[in-house]
Amino acid sequence: MENYSSEHKKYLVGIRKKAVVVNVMRVGLLVVFLVLWELSVSLGLIDGFIFSSPSRILSTIKNLYLSGELFSHIGTTLYETIIGFIAASVIGITIAVFMWWSETLKKIAEPYIVVLNSLPKIALGPLIIIWFGAGSGSIIFMAVIITVIVTVINMLAGFCEVDNGKILLLRSMGASKFQIFTRLVFPASLPTLVSTLKINVGMSWIGSIMGEYLVSKRGIGYLIVYGGQVFKLDLVMASTFILCVLAGVMYAAVALAERLLLKWQ
Amino acid sequence: MDSLLSLLNVSLNYHTKQKETLAVKDLSFDVSSGEFAAIIGPSGCGKTSILSLIAGLIKGYGGDVFFDGEKLLKPSEKIGYMLQRDELFPWLTISENVYLPLKIKRLYNKENKDLADELIKKYGLIDFCDFYPNQLSGGMRQRAALIRTLAASPELLLLDEPFSALDYQTRLVVCNDVHGIIKSENKTALLVTHDISEAVSLSDKIIVLTQRPAKVKNCYILDFDKDLTPIERRESDRFSQWFETLWRDLN
Repeated sequence: MENYSSEHKKYLVGIRKKAVVVNVMRVGLLVVFLVLWELSVSLGLIDGFIFSSPSRILSTIKNLYLSGELFSHIGTTLYETIIGFIAASVIGITIAVFMWWSETLKKIAEPYIVVLNSLPKIALGPLIIIWFGAGSGSIIFMAVIITVIVTVINMLAGFCEVDNGKILLLRSMGASKFQIFTRLVFPASLPTLVSTLKINVGMSWIGSIMGEYLVSKRGIGYLIVYGGQVFKLDLVMASTFILCVLAGVMYAAVALAERLLLKWQ
Repeated sequence: MDSLLSLLNVSLNYHTKQKETLAVKDLSFDVSSGEFAAIIGPSGCGKTSILSLIAGLIKGYGGDVFFDGEKLLKPSEKIGYMLQRDELFPWLTISENVYLPLKIKRLYNKENKDLADELIKKYGLIDFCDFYPNQLSGGMRQRAALIRTLAASPELLLLDEPFSALDYQTRLVVCNDVHGIIKSENKTALLVTHDISEAVSLSDKIIVLTQRPAKVKNCYILDFDKDLTPIERRESDRFSQWFETLWRDLN
């Protein structure tokens, strides 16, 4: 550090200053928003019954916790989302591998994938309830069908993007199709895999909450629907807040996996 | 000298939905063991296809290709292919890249790994062996690609315009470098290029091809001093004469 020229030191200080500004502004924005919200309600500018307020959200969460329901709701939704996320990712990647493997299979499946992708999956709601019953099964299924098609499309695009020259190189070494996949196509698609998983986090949350809207007795989505029906908007806001935190944590987990997987970048 | 590689009346068709194009017709030539041969020809005459064919990547051609006395039907373990770009895998370190052909060919054992490490050390990549390719300069990357090709101990190296992605300055240096390594390892090489001066500076023998359908138009044995490096050849008087001859041939 001491060996740097004063110019370089200035440059480094400049970078650090910018990072501080970004972090302060990030936190500051949230704090200002929360304070303004709280003040507007306590000064009577907006109606706390309709718009809720940070303090009302906190006390709602506290009550949920004291009644012992909080973790049961969180646990239910988290379970449905994570199972949906894992199942959809595994199934989607597997289908993409088969479609990469066989050009013919890819051509056969393409129109189905396109149609299934544009179909609003919520339209299947009534069928899913009848097929899988009014429980977690239906909700997980909803999370899976919402997530799986996007996974197939993204991963297949990633697999097919792999540089032809590198495939040629491996073939000249006498590589089998399996070796080409494991040595080249899969590792080359890890960045795509990570971005797909990031999208899947969001998709499986959409799926599980949508599933809970349709049919549920427990869970964050259930709390939101229930809160809306009985006009407990504090409950709706509190549940949304919990959802934000959970989705953020899950996203951070994937981002951590990214750093471990993509060291070479 | 025995011929290591011989093509006998080879013909090759390109197939597209619209039509069939005869790319190569009645092509015959030999490459002897230890020789550095170059193929030059007008662009689009199917030079790269000829290399792909020898690399065993093209099924369905007419005529015969013999390598080391046997008919070539699939990629041979004794042939290494070096492409236009280095094609190093960015997620593997330089040494892992060098081991790649050994792993693909299931020859990755202590003995072969030591041989590869020896090459890494001998040709100045030891300090970079734990680096990722994007941390290396273009010239170094091309050298790593050559060491990777040599790792599986091939007898014949196929070079498909291996310098075309480099800038002119680097290209002269890498050209010298590659030539030196191939000669000191005593390998046979077959180079495909559209660059006449590159072919003249590197090769012992130059095969000139005709327009499509490609066949051999002329074959020259170059009479440079044995010990000249490519850069020294470029400075010699004979260089411009050979350049002239080949240039006329191609036009």
